[in-house]
Amino acid sequence: MNKIFSSAESALADIFSGAVVMVGGFGVTGVPFTLIKALSQQGAKNLTIIANSPGGRLPDIDLTLLIKNVQVKKVISSYPVYAGKISAFEEKYLEGQIELEMVPQGTFIERIRAGGASIPAFYTPTGVGTSLTQGKVKKIFDGKKYVLEFALKADFALIKAHKADKMGNLVYHSAARNFNPTMATAAAVTIAEVDYIVKPGELDPETIVTPAIYVDRIVKGEKYEIRFD
Amino acid sequence: MKSGLTRDLIAMRVANEFHNGDIVNLGIGLPTRVSSFIAENSDVILHCENGLMGYGRIAHAHEIDPELVNAGSEPVTLKPGASYSGSAEAFAMIRGGHINIAVLGAYQVSEKGDLANWLQPNRKTGSVGGSMDLVCGSKKVIVTMEHTTRDGRPRIVKKCSSPLTGKRCVNLIVTNLAVIEVKPDGLMLKEVAPGFTYEEVQIVTEPRLLIAPDLHEIEL
Repeated sequence: MNKIFSSAESALADIFSGAVVMVGGFGVTGVPFTLIKALSQQGAKNLTIIANSPGGRLPDIDLTLLIKNVQVKKVISSYPVYAGKISAFEEKYLEGQIELEMVPQGTFIERIRAGGASIPAFYTPTGVGTSLTQGKVKKIFDGKKYVLEFALKADFALIKAHKADKMGNLVYHSAARNFNPTMATAAAVTIAEVDYIVKPGELDPETIVTPAIYVDRIVKGEKYEIRFD
Repeated sequence: MKSGLTRDLIAMRVANEFHNGDIVNLGIGLPTRVSSFIAENSDVILHCENGLMGYGRIAHAHEIDPELVNAGSEPVTLKPGASYSGSAEAFAMIRGGHINIAVLGAYQVSEKGDLANWLQPNRKTGSVGGSMDLVCGSKKVIVTMEHTTRDGRPRIVKKCSSPLTGKRCVNLIVTNLAVIEVKPDGLMLKEVAPGFTYEEVQIVTEPRLLIAPDLHEIEL
């Protein structure tokens, strides 16, 4: 089975309007910029984007591309806006054109982990007593209050890894790992953008973070210069 | 008018709270600056939500690895003994009680130790990030911020008017003017910025401050 696609365009040609799409990355790190660009050109609309941030740090290459292109109807995120600047997402959100579900970051990733492991819901202490858990089911365990949170799944996950072998085993680099390996488990189709593609056997099995079972398609990414301002 | 400690000096004072072996998470903004004031040879371990454990100070230009960043996406150095995991594991550590100290920025802190730090007053949306997880899982929460808003109103208040990040979760407040401990019976002023008096701090603090028996100037 060949998982390697010759272009990002061909790897995400079947992302349909209305799809739920997870996108990895923490700030500017571990973001699948090549896949994001291709999805903005592909043009699928009414997308629900599950990403820690809907873009704004590198607006010419990050998820801002999809927001500006009016491809997104809803964002599920823990870090939707930045201090000191108004992003394309915030503008559209304030205009009422995009829906936002704000989720504490630990709950965000645990909901995705649960989605990948077929755990439909779980109790967590995070956010109890705040407006973000208002109206949600609470339960007391050992004298402490917890809130019921539900799993997140997606039709597609767009992730970024450092190296893939041709089977689809992935290793990451440093903090670029972040949400990527968990998202890989929770989507019907996982598409990995990588810096290098190597032969099976070249990655030490002890170091593989995402086993190939979770990866459907592999694309070699373009090089992006990350600016820190 | 006197302004108290600079942001770097506030960060330096926060770093003095850490002890060898502490596992510390630094939030976005003023807190991440603290990493540059931890002695290179100290055993304090810095943890980040992105899965990084054991990072060092802010990186100089020639040291930058764009994928080695702190909570604020600033490039940092790596210390011997560092490790990587992902976000799921990083938050299991946070909620699971494995972090000794979380340092967070704030818009407001109440006299009971309630924290409001994710929705700026007058803005329709904010970013919660990992702060709600950090306040419910960390053994100690240190808040660091300017003592007042830009127009001089207290940020330390009787009751937070901004939406809460957590209730009764703050242990220590370090500002440009003071170090204040949250005690069961109220806020205790422990240290004042050099040149400031108790009265000058009280006047820009809404709740009544208890005075520590050994109240003294902040030492760096």
